[in-house]
Amino acid sequence: MFRSQVLICGGTGCTSSGSDQLIHSFESELAKNDLQDEVKIVRTGCFGLCALGPIVIIYPEGSFYSRVEVTDVPEIVSEHLLKGRPVERLLYDETVTDNGVISLNDTNFYKKQHRVALRNCGVINPENIDEYIAMDGYKALGICLTEKTPQEVIDIIKASGLRGRGGAGFPTGVKWQLTAQNHADQKYVACNADEGDPGAFMDRSVLEGDPHTILEAMAIAAYATGANHGFIYVRAEYPIAVKRLQIAIDQAREYGLLGKDIFGTGFDFDIELRLGAGAFVCGEETALMRSVEGQRGEPRPRPPFPAQKGIFEKPTLLNNVETYANITQIILNGPEWFASMGTEKSKGTKVFALGGKINNTGLVEVPMGTTLREIIEEIGGGIPGGKKFKAAQTGGPSGGCIPAEHFDIPIDYDNLISIGSMMGSGGMIVMDEDTCMVDIAKFFLEFTVEESCGKCTPCRVGTKRLLEMLTKITKGQATLEDLDKIEELCHYIKENALCGLGQTAPNPVLATLHYFRDEYVAHIVDKKCPAGVCKALLTYSIDPDKCKGCTLCARVCPAGAITGTVKLPHEIDPHKCLKCGACIEKCKFGAISIQ
Amino acid sequence: MAGKISSVPFSGTQEQEQKLLEVIEAHKDVQGSLISVLQQAQDIYGYLPIEVQKIIADKMDVPLEEIYGVVSFYSQFSLNPKGKYKISVCLGTACYVKGAGDIFDKLSQNLGIVGGECTADGRFSLEACRCIGACGLAPVMTINDEVYGRLVVDDVDRILAEYQNK
Repeated sequence: MFRSQVLICGGTGCTSSGSDQLIHSFESELAKNDLQDEVKIVRTGCFGLCALGPIVIIYPEGSFYSRVEVTDVPEIVSEHLLKGRPVERLLYDETVTDNGVISLNDTNFYKKQHRVALRNCGVINPENIDEYIAMDGYKALGICLTEKTPQEVIDIIKASGLRGRGGAGFPTGVKWQLTAQNHADQKYVACNADEGDPGAFMDRSVLEGDPHTILEAMAIAAYATGANHGFIYVRAEYPIAVKRLQIAIDQAREYGLLGKDIFGTGFDFDIELRLGAGAFVCGEETALMRSVEGQRGEPRPRPPFPAQKGIFEKPTLLNNVETYANITQIILNGPEWFASMGTEKSKGTKVFALGGKINNTGLVEVPMGTTLREIIEEIGGGIPGGKKFKAAQTGGPSGGCIPAEHFDIPIDYDNLISIGSMMGSGGMIVMDEDTCMVDIAKFFLEFTVEESCGKCTPCRVGTKRLLEMLTKITKGQATLEDLDKIEELCHYIKENALCGLGQTAPNPVLATLHYFRDEYVAHIVDKKCPAGVCKALLTYSIDPDKCKGCTLCARVCPAGAITGTVKLPHEIDPHKCLKCGACIEKCKFGAISIQ
Repeated sequence: MAGKISSVPFSGTQEQEQKLLEVIEAHKDVQGSLISVLQQAQDIYGYLPIEVQKIIADKMDVPLEEIYGVVSFYSQFSLNPKGKYKISVCLGTACYVKGAGDIFDKLSQNLGIVGGECTADGRFSLEACRCIGACGLAPVMTINDEVYGRLVVDDVDRILAEYQNK
């Protein structure tokens, strides 16, 4: 028995900020103090509060240490683990109150969350199947195989109201039913772990923090639909997730939880990993299947749907990572439990990856129907630097934005669509007054142009033309007529593109145009970028009252645009100025401003 | 989607070819394994020049144009050799709104190369990459396997200097 457990986050965020070195350092410090048999070190998955990484949590107290450095480790070991005195200086500020240190679960960030899909992330060691089993792991699979018929399993999923978490929100139970009713000599179940939305990392955290839950859910899905082989299509950009999935698959095989005759019921099921090679379109289901087959990941028209003809032309069930992460809990707790959370048509919880201009960057899981205000102000801790909220972008390159006027709308699939955005896979990027909405629309278009597979013309050519028009706006060369042309082209692309990527590519443009038309107009008519982002529209000037004539700006200016005499105010020649910003960075007196 | 074809002469060794043949042998009969083979081939050679694609085409009995089609489709595959230090700047949304574009411009300016290129001495290559999921550290860049987060433009000189004499 260990008297203390040191949980160190081994997710991508914390690993990037050095949690591996922390683990080594804890090991050697514990050995030095002869504590290695009393204190156990566990490398867990993501705790969610990535902004504060690397994170270390020490139980039984539940002390939450944030941004821990290797040099802090000796103090934590000698003070906290040896003498039992938590090192307050290193604790997460919010856990240190006037009434002493409070538990992590009582902080604003965690209090409003409800963790279903993320239940094991940051709790267990993802590389140890026994820890997963201790958390009721593989119990749901046992129940399904020994007590339920495949149809009963499907009925449970249907009754829960679970909808696909990849973004489109198709009812999961119906998808299972459609695959089950197609008869074939071979069927497949697949997991879409090609999380390509920039700014979304929910799926990665589940794969890294709780890989077995995906394997178990896929086995249940295979039993329900009559498949015996599975594929997990995961991005090669997620090396930690790939490694842990492979470890999990190997362990599950060793325990007989994958392979032949699982639980002695005669049910066979095995899983293979397929690594993506960097193509956003492969998140689209038909393209993903082509890629699993080793081909160019180009989409094809539907029907036939994957439930009829999928991987290698066989009926295939394809669900997203987060969808699978809910399955075992629905089986164990019952569909009524799941359906009791959320809104009328969107049940359960949703994981969001909070990023951008927000204090608590990280992963949050909240019941469907939570408002944006709760997520951003209460859980997210608001916007840094006292800046004003402008919009939250959801749904990545396929989505739109939620402006401040919809701050109190309950977030679910249908509400987001009604205000011109979409749930998407769950990326939520917060933007403040310094973000230019035209620039953001252009950013997403650049992404889609780059990722368009080129198969259909509306997407290949249309998005490129759209990008050119947006670029014109950001350079101050557009006319108001261009806005009408942009809208017309957007609708044309939406109606005519072959797959989801093209059909949704205009959404960021349409949404920003709808809510922030005045910003577009300011670029076109006033030739100004209100947020001060679009370089071609900026003018730099020196405030003569603040300038001390130190000459630093004139020396760093690569264009020689700044002139003046020592100790007298300088001037910028707007015709020579390249708008590179070098002068502003160097000015110690805040004398240079952008308009 | 991949860039232009490399002008650097191919310099593969016998040893590398032997490894590649072993990889092909192990995957030959697995349905749909072409991408896995290409990924491992890129691990062996660092990139996928036409010479390597030809070997794979011959041994796997797949037309060369099909292989080239797959290689040029996916951004992970490179037709050009990479620098000794591969710099990738994340231009995912979270990094972008926190100023990753400025970091990228500064690197490009300092190194005198644009994205997708390699410096003349072969030391650095620069590319913009898709979200690596370290959004909590935004803006982020990686140099080989080392991750640099919460960057500001002024960090660039210092970080490049660390690698200049390595």
